[in-house]
Amino acid sequence: MGADVDKIFKALAAPERRLLLDRLHADNGQKLGQLCEHMNMTRQAVTKHLKVLEDATLVATIRRGREKLHYLNPMPIHEIAERWIGKYERGRLRALAEIKEKLEGETDGSI
Amino acid sequence: MAQSEFVYVTYIRTTPEKLWRALTEPEFTRQFWVGTTQECSWEPGASWRIVVPDGRVIDSGEVIEIEPHKRLVLKWRHHLFPEMSGDGDSIMTYEIEQMEDSVKLTVTHVNDKSGSKFIKGVSNGWPQILSSLKSLLETGESLESTRSWPKGN
Repeated sequence: MGADVDKIFKALAAPERRLLLDRLHADNGQKLGQLCEHMNMTRQAVTKHLKVLEDATLVATIRRGREKLHYLNPMPIHEIAERWIGKYERGRLRALAEIKEKLEGETDGSI
Repeated sequence: MAQSEFVYVTYIRTTPEKLWRALTEPEFTRQFWVGTTQECSWEPGASWRIVVPDGRVIDSGEVIEIEPHKRLVLKWRHHLFPEMSGDGDSIMTYEIEQMEDSVKLTVTHVNDKSGSKFIKGVSNGWPQILSSLKSLLETGESLESTRSWPKGN
């Protein structure tokens, strides 16, 4: 894994940063200004959180002209799952997740 | 957003040369890309396709830009699932950068349609394929789930 695993878990340990990942999951490729909307914090704080997520490779950025777009990079989370989820468990886990979702009603994917 | 796009970044302990071979040579792609081979002469404008073991072409397109060991841009059209092929051409880019002790691979896949079913579809497949590619280059073995074409598909 590129970023060390500690960095990834530390980055995921803050609810504000998980919220930023949720927002990118819902709408990938956002500018800083868009990500700052409806966040109860300053632009500086959002920038700082995004930097932590970027260092942990959970967010990838791409420059388009003068704009910097932020993308959720699912690779580190996928690699964490690969490490602890066995190949035969995958199907059963998906079935269980579907049952849970049905019983609990529609979820919005937030943590 | 008017278009659909995904970006994947993975760091692999290898060299840009080895990564390039793994991404372009059939004896490697077969191992981590569910048994498929890519047919292409890897020159600008060359036609490109992904072929499954029974001979069907599931994706095809052409090389738009190629700079060995650094960058590859492909025009990409899907053929297997009709609901996905309806989205037309997409653009896939590999960018390879040497970092201190590893190589950074960035894969972007863009389709002009917003809410593209194709982009949603590939976004399920790419992480699996790229994890397996990383495993192949770092350990000599790809992930078992990606070694053969899934039965019934």
